[in-house]
Amino acid sequence: MELWMKIGSAILLVTMLVIIFPQAKRMMKESPKGSASDWTSALIPIGLVAVFIIFLIMVV
Amino acid sequence: MATPELVRTRPIEATFATNKLIRNTYTLLSMTLIFSALMAGVSVMLRMPPMTYLLALGGAFVLMWFVLPRTANSAKGLGVVFGITGLLGFSLGPMLAMYLSLPNGPQLVGMAFAGTGVIFLGLSGYALLSRKDFSFMGGFLITGFLVVLMAALANIFLAIPALSLAISSAVIFIMSGFILYDTSRMIHGGQTNYIIATVGLYLNIFNIFVHLLHILGVMGGDD
Repeated sequence: MELWMKIGSAILLVTMLVIIFPQAKRMMKESPKGSASDWTSALIPIGLVAVFIIFLIMVV
Repeated sequence: MATPELVRTRPIEATFATNKLIRNTYTLLSMTLIFSALMAGVSVMLRMPPMTYLLALGGAFVLMWFVLPRTANSAKGLGVVFGITGLLGFSLGPMLAMYLSLPNGPQLVGMAFAGTGVIFLGLSGYALLSRKDFSFMGGFLITGFLVVLMAALANIFLAIPALSLAISSAVIFIMSGFILYDTSRMIHGGQTNYIIATVGLYLNIFNIFVHLLHILGVMGGDD
């Protein structure tokens, strides 16, 4: 990647961090706590996504 | 007499509003995905240079951060959504052209596209059918996203291939979580604007596609 592209990408990412941060702070503060079963119900489908990606990698 | 009627009709109205929101969101999402794919095709055919990615991405972010919040409640918001998704689609041109030039390029792109579709439909379908509230994931997902952004920022200059692969994997898992989170927000009233809901889901799909293509490209032996 050319240097100016690297600097441009870095500027874009820093801007994104600056803009997202206040919203992120609010989300962290307002987010309700999940129970163990809540997390299980979320982690199972995400685990299946991981398995699916491994399958795709094996197929390609 | 009025109170029981109110109690009876309110949930029906709420359900109707939720169904309408979901229908409008998925209709707009399908339209923007088609438009985005067309713009990506145009960008590939025009053989756009690599800087297109950065410029189109920057343009899309300007629309998303500064224009969309002011127009999301009006008909103008629809035009802005097509502007954002069109630019994001267009930004993919140089990357897709690079992958398509590989011997197994069309297979890689097709597989990333199909894989993204399966992941999105599976997760969104799960959130819709189970009707579980995934709002508790918000803090975790946004923290993870910030960490990934910082890692990506460092890796622009470090250029460590293993870190790049780890970032792509993390982005896919975080965006998968965001699909559950965003879909459940529509069901449980956390999001009532279909234009913003569409942009959120579109970004999840866009990020999964880009990073899945990267992972498959690396594992397919192109880098």
